[in-house]
Amino acid sequence: MAALSDQLLVVAILGYLLAMIGHAAEYAFGTRSVVGRAAIRPARELALVGAGGGGGSEPVVGTKLDAADVVAPAGAEPGFGAVGPGFGAAGPASGADGPKLTRALLAGRIAAALTVIAAVVHLGVVVTRGVAAERMPWGNMYEYLLTVTLVGVVGWLWLLYRRPALRHLGLFVTLAMVLLLAVAGLVLYVPIVPLVPALDSYWFVVHVATIATSSGILLLGAVPAVMYLIRNGYDQGKRSFPYTLGARVPAAASLERLTFRLHAFAFPIFTFAVMAGAVWAEAAWGRYWGWDPKEIWAFISWVVYAGYLHARATPSVKRPVATWIAVLGFLTMQMNLYGVNIFFEGLHSYGGLD
Amino acid sequence: MPAVDGQAEATEVENPPGDEAPTPPRVRRTPAPVALLRNSWRQLTSMRTALILLFLLAVAAIPGSVLPQRNINIENVNAYQAEHPDLFPVLDRIGGFDVYASPWFSAIYVLLFTSLVGCIVPRLLDHVRALRTAPPAAPKRLDRLPQHAVLTDHDGDLAAIAAMLRRRRWRVAVRDDTVSAEKGFLKETGNLLFHLSLIGVLVGIGLGSWYGWHGNRLLVAGQDNAFCNTLQQYSESRLGHRVDGSDLPPFCLELTDFKARFLSTGQPASFRAETMVAEGDRAPYRASFSVNDPLRLNDGASVYLLGHGYAPIIRYTDRSGEVQVSDEAFLTIDGNLTSEGVAIFPDVNLDPVTGARNPQLQVAFEGLYLPTAPDAPPYARSEYPAERSPAVMLFAYRGNLGMDAGISGSVYRLDQRQVDNGKLTRLGEGKLLRPGEKWTLDDGTTVEFLGTRQYITLSVRYDPGERVVLVSSVVLLAGLMLSLFGRRRRVWFRVGSAPGETSTTERSSLVEVGGLPRAEYSGFSDEFDKLVAATRPGGARQVGATEEGTD
Ligand code: HEM
Repeated sequence: MAALSDQLLVVAILGYLLAMIGHAAEYAFGTRSVVGRAAIRPARELALVGAGGGGGSEPVVGTKLDAADVVAPAGAEPGFGAVGPGFGAAGPASGADGPKLTRALLAGRIAAALTVIAAVVHLGVVVTRGVAAERMPWGNMYEYLLTVTLVGVVGWLWLLYRRPALRHLGLFVTLAMVLLLAVAGLVLYVPIVPLVPALDSYWFVVHVATIATSSGILLLGAVPAVMYLIRNGYDQGKRSFPYTLGARVPAAASLERLTFRLHAFAFPIFTFAVMAGAVWAEAAWGRYWGWDPKEIWAFISWVVYAGYLHARATPSVKRPVATWIAVLGFLTMQMNLYGVNIFFEGLHSYGGLD
Repeated sequence: MPAVDGQAEATEVENPPGDEAPTPPRVRRTPAPVALLRNSWRQLTSMRTALILLFLLAVAAIPGSVLPQRNINIENVNAYQAEHPDLFPVLDRIGGFDVYASPWFSAIYVLLFTSLVGCIVPRLLDHVRALRTAPPAAPKRLDRLPQHAVLTDHDGDLAAIAAMLRRRRWRVAVRDDTVSAEKGFLKETGNLLFHLSLIGVLVGIGLGSWYGWHGNRLLVAGQDNAFCNTLQQYSESRLGHRVDGSDLPPFCLELTDFKARFLSTGQPASFRAETMVAEGDRAPYRASFSVNDPLRLNDGASVYLLGHGYAPIIRYTDRSGEVQVSDEAFLTIDGNLTSEGVAIFPDVNLDPVTGARNPQLQVAFEGLYLPTAPDAPPYARSEYPAERSPAVMLFAYRGNLGMDAGISGSVYRLDQRQVDNGKLTRLGEGKLLRPGEKWTLDDGTTVEFLGTRQYITLSVRYDPGERVVLVSSVVLLAGLMLSLFGRRRRVWFRVGSAPGETSTTERSSLVEVGGLPRAEYSGFSDEFDKLVAATRPGGARQVGATEEGTD
């Protein structure tokens, strides 16, 4: 079972890699597609986001969500809410763009399908690992990262299902998956060992499951956050490297809203996870909070994300600034995941790296 | 207050007059110092300041993860001091080794919480006021609202509409020809609860640091090693500011057995400490505890298992045949429980006549205990943490142990200075003893390894703030979710007379409906549609619904 788990990991990475290539192809074929055109009409972008595919072949689930999302003051500008052609290649391949668009669409769909397959294999990696170890597969950094990335990809697929228009972010999601799983497999890999008594607790399951879930969603949330910053820069006329990517991603406002949604969803879970950790720490170490390096960085992340939510609720803080805070929060989470396990000595030294 | 309000409410779309507190008209000039104070207060309680303080708090927490902290690991702090003799005093002066108790860290959170109170109290008052005010009157033009629908074919019964809304837990006000309804106050309630509970958490932490205490010690198995809860019994302890030694609850603890199970790889699988507890007037009772499963005493304190190891039992027989036994704990130095320690016999080889100590004839043994000794030398490392083939490597010393000098020596190490200055000399090479084996020294005295006792390291803790923190945390989470996922929204129904041609019955009228979400709320159009549909049992035919309604 352990060997199977390791082999499945390779398959999963390959799957994500192929999906990434598919997304890249969609990107390449999709020149001046509806995506590009959507960018030229910023005034209507809000309406476009939501209007998904009026009669398009993509599932229309969730499009309603978006349209209503937009809270407009009484007397919204004309054209608000108009049913426009979908963007993000969601609409039917209209004649003008012809075969190019169809090919892009096909590549994108194949990429999405590959992501689903890779995610199923990924799930298999985690499950077989757990079965082989006869416990929840969260005993060390390798297993933990496998779980976090799984949550991230499942969240991504759910998003994709709800909003096909976001498919262009898939390139970045799959890229992140390939990189993270490669790091997991090459750097963090440890053979299966049972849990040490210190980890043998119900709270372990509750704490780690929720931390992994929230980390996965926050990981996912960083994708639209970064893309928003890029897109926003692009919209402001920046044309140097990362901003050039902005030409083909969804509209800034919808990326920003998605960023907020994901963070607002993950933040309470993260809060709960930290609390569950505190309850567990009380039972294991006699104090619910002791400024252990892992705890310090969880505190920092929590405060930074709280800062993000504040900043976003404060109109005097510009949205890009708020989004930068979210990105900063993401960096602190990464610091906690890798940095603390590797650099600092603490009670949470379960990484399995010596 | 207006400053805060203006910012905090701005995610909402509209502030109809009469809902929020009106800005009080300025009549008199305020004297400069008062104005300054008021402005500073406004600054402090603005969201911008809260943001900056939050950010500072995050930054200020970082050094604590980089530098060793006194309250966590004093040895690491001392090691740091030895390594960086120049840097240490500088960092120490600015609180680098007590970050979370340092003046600057405290200053940040005190300011943050002041800001919080200043922010939350006016909002609380506003919220209470809002809860007691009727939903605002309908705007003139309902068709300008984000959600709008017109029902013909309705009987125009406002009371029925109001009842329907009330059933759906809207707050309703009926005025002339309109029904105003509002829902979603839980969002703000949640927000306030969340911020108030932060204060609760802080109070709980404060209680813990004032009235809590803890002590750590090592406990060797056996009745004669039992300890009772007094300050002197702890090797390390900390009392809260409002606690002194006499406040410690009386209880005694004896380790009767310690069970450790290991996997074949040597990784620990489970631990359990069996103890005898005597508390207050109760008869002594058996209790066991483990990692993750502390012993909860009745007075509120808990006993935690932190570690374990072996204490070799070493018997020394001196020149006059007197026998003494040492069962001091040996400290473990690796995962296979190789342990180092000493057995010290200061009161041996006494003068047969006077009974006085002879400082030349004190005896001590430095030892390395191996629960699973290798089959052949070198006997330097244990091969497995359980006692499969236990053996102790002893090095004998004779001379002046230096214990009369008044310096309290470590019970785990010999006084190296005595060895260096030649007052304490080592007797030949070390000797490996298996249980029951005896070693006769050059002067005919003997040392015998009898076996081992288990010991545990434990921590006894009491924190009266824990419950407050826990309850506050639960409220915090509930408030946070309400605040993040709650949605305040309003709807208005207005009855007008129906245009003749669309009316099918005589009593039908035209009902216009408008809806306004006061925060981002993606599901509002659905909810609005359902409300409109529910306005009449059979569902109403809609005329002229806005685009949102049709997509
Ligand atoms: C201890 C530090 C604080 C933390 C951890 C914290 C955390 C949060 C969080 C996570 C939210 C998001 C919930 C939501 O979006 O409704 C929030 C909202 C809010 N906070 Fe704080 N906060 C703190 C201090 C403050 C202070 C000092 C103020 C006042 C200046 C304040 C005013 C607000 C307001 C007005 C909102 C609601 C924003 C809205 O209208 O949606 N908070 N806070």
